[in-house]
Amino acid sequence: MSNGHQDTLAIRGVTKRFAVGDDEVEALAPIDLAIPKGEFVCMIGASGCGKSTLLRIIAGFEEPTTGHVLIDGKAVTGPGSDRGMVFQDYALFPWMTVRQNISFGPRQRHLPREEIDRTTDEYVRMVGLERFADRYPNQLSGGMKQRVAIARVLANNANILLMDEPFGALDALTREQLQNELLQIWKRTGVTTIFVTHSVEEAVLLADRVLVMSAGPGRIDSDFRIDLARPRDVSSPEFNTLRRDIARRLTSHLVLAKA
Amino acid sequence: MSDHATTLPDGAETSLPATATSRRKRQRLETLRAIVLGAGFPILLILVWDRAVAMTGTRLIPSPYQVAVMMYDFTFGGIYDDAFSGTILIHIWKSMQRVYGGFLLAALIGVPLGLLLGRIKLLRQLLDPTISLLRPIPVTAWLPLSMIFFGLGPNAAIFLVFLGAFYPILLNTMFGVRSIDPKLFEAASMLGCSGANMFRQIVLPASLPAIVSGLRIAHGFAWILIVVGEMTGVPTGLGSVVMDGRTLSRTDLVITGMIVIGACGFVTDRIIVAVSNRLLSWSAQHRE
Repeated sequence: MSNGHQDTLAIRGVTKRFAVGDDEVEALAPIDLAIPKGEFVCMIGASGCGKSTLLRIIAGFEEPTTGHVLIDGKAVTGPGSDRGMVFQDYALFPWMTVRQNISFGPRQRHLPREEIDRTTDEYVRMVGLERFADRYPNQLSGGMKQRVAIARVLANNANILLMDEPFGALDALTREQLQNELLQIWKRTGVTTIFVTHSVEEAVLLADRVLVMSAGPGRIDSDFRIDLARPRDVSSPEFNTLRRDIARRLTSHLVLAKA
Repeated sequence: MSDHATTLPDGAETSLPATATSRRKRQRLETLRAIVLGAGFPILLILVWDRAVAMTGTRLIPSPYQVAVMMYDFTFGGIYDDAFSGTILIHIWKSMQRVYGGFLLAALIGVPLGLLLGRIKLLRQLLDPTISLLRPIPVTAWLPLSMIFFGLGPNAAIFLVFLGAFYPILLNTMFGVRSIDPKLFEAASMLGCSGANMFRQIVLPASLPAIVSGLRIAHGFAWILIVVGEMTGVPTGLGSVVMDGRTLSRTDLVITGMIVIGACGFVTDRIIVAVSNRLLSWSAQHRE
């Protein structure tokens, strides 16, 4: 894997071991990966393949056992505002309104008030929540909550968006809508995106590149490039060929894992 | 961008005025029903009490009417003209000083300590066993010691109220902190929040619902403990009125004191609920 200057994110020999009782479980085998700036990468794999662990290591929530994660050449030592995580269950601050949630990051940096307000307005508008800006999270639908979560990390100037099955808890219609919105936001902001999903279709629909992961220990099994023009037609033969290929890689591991 | 907030009770901003008025009317009926039912039951109890006293002919328990006369005298005077006539306000005032002295002291120590204990494992290991050991000791058992520590008088009463109010505040705060979703800390730290800011901006508000419910329980205990607290030889206060009534075998005075304590606890509890509803308007689960 190359690590030219255009790479925003480089993962070098990252492994992770967890202690489970007296045993140690190897969650991630050595992983090497380079993601260029602005790329949309989907990670897909069965439960327990370590995709969420890898995402959490990139976020800095967990430390790798060996190896390191480099952002623009600098090693990650903990959570930072250059990377924003969007959780499946939103993790919004329930005592803050939509506006306060989105302005949380800028407020930590003690920017001038007008600048905080301007940034907040911009991202409230970007995710189309102007009418709901003064509502609390428990007054919002799941789709709206996830929009707030996305706006919250973008307003904080994150240039790497980490998404852990962000649309997994949403109904099909809302999910489709949010997928489209996410693509628009990604195109507009050029944010590097790493998106963990269970759905092959979602991965092929969204990504420039799909990483199929396999379990025991978790590693990257295959790396598919998706060169289809956007917006993508889910019923086109090319789309379905890719979907079939990726699904085959995925299920081959499931069979192995069971045997 | 059109998925609807289906969880909203008032989600439709376009709702017609007509439905709004009918909703208000329904709400008023609902309130009326709550009042009738809530007040009806104590009235029924008073009737049963009255009949029971009349039928058994007991002289140990006064009738509701006798208690009402006592209550009138206690409030306005002019009937018995004894040491208790027209003294209700001074007793309420004295008791409130002790109740809120102990309660505020408990909150002032219990909330910060609970926040720290919830977050810092070392502190938990240091203090948790001691707390678990001291907690089951009934407040009444502390009475002799508190009188030695603080002498006869209001400070011993405040200490006893403090003891009773302290544990529910401490434990609820600790529980509140411990049950914060760890993802909120992750989210806050990735957004650039750390250290003391984390306490102020995340730990405190996230555990506020638990803290408030701890305060409410403790506040109830504080009023419960006022009788015990005022066994410590104070001349005034609602608890001392009840104790005096016992010594003088004036059961009408005892019951009057009990009712006033209950009423004070009730009214102040409603105030706490109203304040907490404002404070926790963001939390659907904690509204009443």
